[in-house]
Amino acid sequence: MNRRTVLTGSIAALALLASACTGSGGSSRGADAEAPDDPSEAQGSITVLTHRTDLVQDGTMEAYAAEFNKTHPGVKVEFDALTDYEGEVKIRMNTENYGDVLMIPAVIEKKDYPKFFASLGSRAELSGKYRFTDYSTVDGKVYGQSPIGVVPGFLYNKKVWERAGVTDWPTTPARFLDDLKAVKSRTDAVPYYTNFKDMWPLTQWTNVNGSVSCDTGATTKLAEGDPWADGADLRVADTLLHDIVRGGLAEKDPTTTNWEASKPKLAKGEIATMWLGSWAVVQMREAAKQAGTDPDDIGFMPFPAQQDGAFCAVTSPDYQQAVNVHSDHKAAARAWIDWFTDESGYAQANLALSPLKDDPLPEILRPYQDAGVELIDLDDTKGAEVKSIDNSSEVGIYKPDYRQDLVDLARGARKGGLDDFLGDLGARWAEARTSLGS
Amino acid sequence: MADTTAPAARPAPPDASAGPAAAPAPSGARRWRRVTPWLFLIAPLALLLTFTYAPLANMVAYSFTDWDGVSPELSWTGTENYTELFTRPELFEVFFVSGYYLVASVVQIAAALYFATILSFDVRFRNFFKGVLFFPYLINGVAIGFVFLYFFQDGGTLDSVLGLFGVDTGHAWLGTPFSANTSLAGVSVWRHLGLNFVLFLGAIQSIPGELYEAAEIDGATRRQQFRYIIAPGIRPILGLSVILSVSGSLSVFEIPYIMTGGATGTETFVIQTVKLAFQFNKTGLASAAAVVLLLIVLAVTWVQRRILPDDKVDLV
Repeated sequence: MNRRTVLTGSIAALALLASACTGSGGSSRGADAEAPDDPSEAQGSITVLTHRTDLVQDGTMEAYAAEFNKTHPGVKVEFDALTDYEGEVKIRMNTENYGDVLMIPAVIEKKDYPKFFASLGSRAELSGKYRFTDYSTVDGKVYGQSPIGVVPGFLYNKKVWERAGVTDWPTTPARFLDDLKAVKSRTDAVPYYTNFKDMWPLTQWTNVNGSVSCDTGATTKLAEGDPWADGADLRVADTLLHDIVRGGLAEKDPTTTNWEASKPKLAKGEIATMWLGSWAVVQMREAAKQAGTDPDDIGFMPFPAQQDGAFCAVTSPDYQQAVNVHSDHKAAARAWIDWFTDESGYAQANLALSPLKDDPLPEILRPYQDAGVELIDLDDTKGAEVKSIDNSSEVGIYKPDYRQDLVDLARGARKGGLDDFLGDLGARWAEARTSLGS
Repeated sequence: MADTTAPAARPAPPDASAGPAAAPAPSGARRWRRVTPWLFLIAPLALLLTFTYAPLANMVAYSFTDWDGVSPELSWTGTENYTELFTRPELFEVFFVSGYYLVASVVQIAAALYFATILSFDVRFRNFFKGVLFFPYLINGVAIGFVFLYFFQDGGTLDSVLGLFGVDTGHAWLGTPFSANTSLAGVSVWRHLGLNFVLFLGAIQSIPGELYEAAEIDGATRRQQFRYIIAPGIRPILGLSVILSVSGSLSVFEIPYIMTGGATGTETFVIQTVKLAFQFNKTGLASAAAVVLLLIVLAVTWVQRRILPDDKVDLV
């Protein structure tokens, strides 16, 4: 009898046993989180998972909770702020304990929403009042509600652009490049900052989708065609990014960029332009105040493309709040979401687009209104399919990798040409699309 | 103890070697004696099982499924993940990056050996230098990543230091695949040198001092002492270091992940696996990749042990 074999065998058996206990649990699906008829009657203690660690630390969220308690005295709200929100919540969602209210992590597939979240009501009922209901609708039921909406665009330092002699928003990518060249030759500023190292700012370029063609069906087009076909939105965007970097209009060493440091640089005019979104304006103005420059220098402009003489800008939701399907206090959780969306003033405080269709545009989008920029809501019925294709093909239009490769290509750190590069992406995309059978 | 005569009084049973086990009271004591080590082992074994073997078994199990990492549903796909892995040669191209780290680990071992030998002799401030060399190993890898990010920045520490010597390269250190990988491998050497150094130093110091004295009396130079006493004396540790370096080079992760995130041709196999699992939600495929990496490391180690068997060293 070999004792070692017995020992190894029993360890293996125990390991298997232990691993069997960690398997996925059963699923309960199809629960509804209905709003309480009388807010004062909602009872219970709810935990809200949030990515806004800054707002929890400075007490802003507590203030919201106190305000909420004025109308809902029976509900005790606690916040659980997570720095690595996506990573931690993804793992917690393997259990039943992921708070009562949470932001839907990007990793969750739309078709799985009913397994994880309680429905907030039917789309027909909610879409009249709210924006973005499309983005969380599965089988006609809505599972999440974004408290704010964002509009992608270029943040730019108005003074720097003026000094370069540019006063009007460029209307084509070529003119945009000319303007950046003017910034380069007439000022000391870095015309465009990629934020390459921090990765996610590059991912923002995918939000161009829809702005070029001014087509509300832009997402559907991604699911049904080649995103990098001639004239397609993403091709126009990626070509512009490529040309900016190739033309030497971006920062000298993209590999060691720093997001936090880039904010005061834009405010001080050391950086002229960055492609981000309306959500970033608040942060940049804050940085300007800290750096002692004028917050009004921070400007916001749409993607340089026009259809019929008008710019288009796509509105899209931020993280969407949802109710945990396993929550014991669904009514209280629902009451929080409704209150936070409708009455908290969170959207106004963030200078963001309100999720309520009737609310006026925020002040930072007023130049858009004056310039006649058309705000369009994309149809997201094929959004889940696009994500599946994206993951399956490993192209990653919602991930930073391919744009990092694109920037490397543009500055000569990677071999190949732009057409081949985008062609290859398109081929992989098409392959995944056929293999998924859509 | 008083009953040692008892078995002798009886006809010896075939398993007489069991000896006094027949007596009831000591048998209890013996049983306790047998059980005691296991009682002490319960805690470490439980931890080992829960945090090492169970996740490993889980990972192997996931590698046969199409699990996406969150969905409560997963389906059995057999060996499909492995087939996919081996029919996509581009997934293995990232092993070229390991070449940089392999070269770096040769440099690292040579440098560690050099410093260990020098500091094993009577050198002034030797304890200070030992501390200096070992210190980087104590720093958290993530912190090192951030520190060196500033180091390699445009106009960062490295550029400033070079500037003091009048060299103004303006070179983007992490800008091209060659430069970036070399820089990262350099950081890795800086970090892991201390461990090799301490291992070598310990092995060298375990060589009895009389050998050096005898050698000195015989008129051996330092070089000869190294060649005929130190080198053979630390062979097992050298072999171990080589194995650790090779497996380490194959599974580099922390430093490139923090510093470049795998951009600009610095992606290693582990970074690629993490991206498959956590960006593209292919946990099944990523598990298979992790299993394959484990097998590759085991195979390399086995081959190495075959080529360089670990002989008993007998200096005296």
